[in-house]
Amino acid sequence: MPTLDPVVLFFLLGLAAGLARADLRLPGAGYEFLSMVLLLAIGLKGGVELARQSPAELLPQLGAVLLMGIVLPLAAYPVLRWRLARPDAASIAAHYGSVSVGTFAVAVAFLASNGVDHEAYIPVFVVLLEMPAIVVGILLARGMGRQTDWNRLGHEVFLGKGMVLMGGGLLIGWAAGPEGMRPLGGLFFDLFKGFLALFLLEMGLIAASQMASLRRHGAFLVVFGIVMPLLSALLGGWVGWLLGLSVGGTALLATLAASASYIAVPAAMRLAVPEANPTLSLAASLGVTFPFNVLVGIPIYLDLARLIHRLGA
Amino acid sequence: MSNEYRKLLTVITESAIERDLLADMERLGAHGYTVTDARGKGSRGVRDAGWGEAGNIRVEVLCDDATAQAIALHLRMRYYDNYAMILFMSEVQVLRPEKF
Repeated sequence: MPTLDPVVLFFLLGLAAGLARADLRLPGAGYEFLSMVLLLAIGLKGGVELARQSPAELLPQLGAVLLMGIVLPLAAYPVLRWRLARPDAASIAAHYGSVSVGTFAVAVAFLASNGVDHEAYIPVFVVLLEMPAIVVGILLARGMGRQTDWNRLGHEVFLGKGMVLMGGGLLIGWAAGPEGMRPLGGLFFDLFKGFLALFLLEMGLIAASQMASLRRHGAFLVVFGIVMPLLSALLGGWVGWLLGLSVGGTALLATLAASASYIAVPAAMRLAVPEANPTLSLAASLGVTFPFNVLVGIPIYLDLARLIHRLGA
Repeated sequence: MSNEYRKLLTVITESAIERDLLADMERLGAHGYTVTDARGKGSRGVRDAGWGEAGNIRVEVLCDDATAQAIALHLRMRYYDNYAMILFMSEVQVLRPEKF
């Protein structure tokens, strides 16, 4: 039986404190710092491993993961369209096609505490999965019209915090190699769990504040926010198995597929599809899917990965 | 004390559009601006700046009347429909009118 990682308890503390309206508020700069360290740490760790991979092996994997990032929002859109206006459906679809680095970090910690190994270059997939859903979401909302300023948007997407720090971390890790990274390991790797715990405390507070708007926006988003990640995880797990990833790697890809963005996509959608209501997408992504994945989903995705590998073998 | 008056234009809106908004203001003739992080509550709910993406900003611009009107008109046309934004103007006394 997989155990609940202690960092998850920090998330629960934040959630409970937020719901009880406790007088707890992390300073904005603190949150910025924590997310910076996490993004860099994840990038660095992946970069170190990336140096050992052969490009011939990696390229088809990257292609398949990219394709998954396009398929997920396309699958979510018609379901959302059933109840929501076009811009809202497109925007939420983009959120669910993209990824949450916070969820990924919890999954990595969960695998480690359960002694499950995984391919350490998977952070490359995280970087890669951030973008395609944004483009698909905009096309779903706008069509191929000329209304979208792609230059401006490209700037927003490629030079957003996540891309710069995680991509930059990958490059630094790749260039420095394991030996070069050793002196920095104390901050980025040894303290990783501590930073993650504080980050999750804040995420609990944020999730609690989003849950308030859920009461207004109804059951559909709650059901979608739970069922969609489960189905996405099936696709992610299947792709992971096809690509020959280990059980841990498959579980991580399933988690990535299941997670929903709450940083890169909201910012891009606010600019590109301003008529979409950001409250809806954030309530679903932060108020439902993030807590669901952190508390319940990730252990399920590990079991799923094991099952897929057993069935496949 | 100088008797010169200028308009103080204050805009409170989502931090997501900061870059576009400031570019618009400069294009329409503002010589400078001051941006501060803000939080509060309005018709679009609580904006508590709990995390970077949910923050508000307060932009202040000192300029002549024509520029203030031009900026106000443009913001109303471009942003009012879809973004949380309020805008107000007041007349203020300035000491160095040539700056604004």
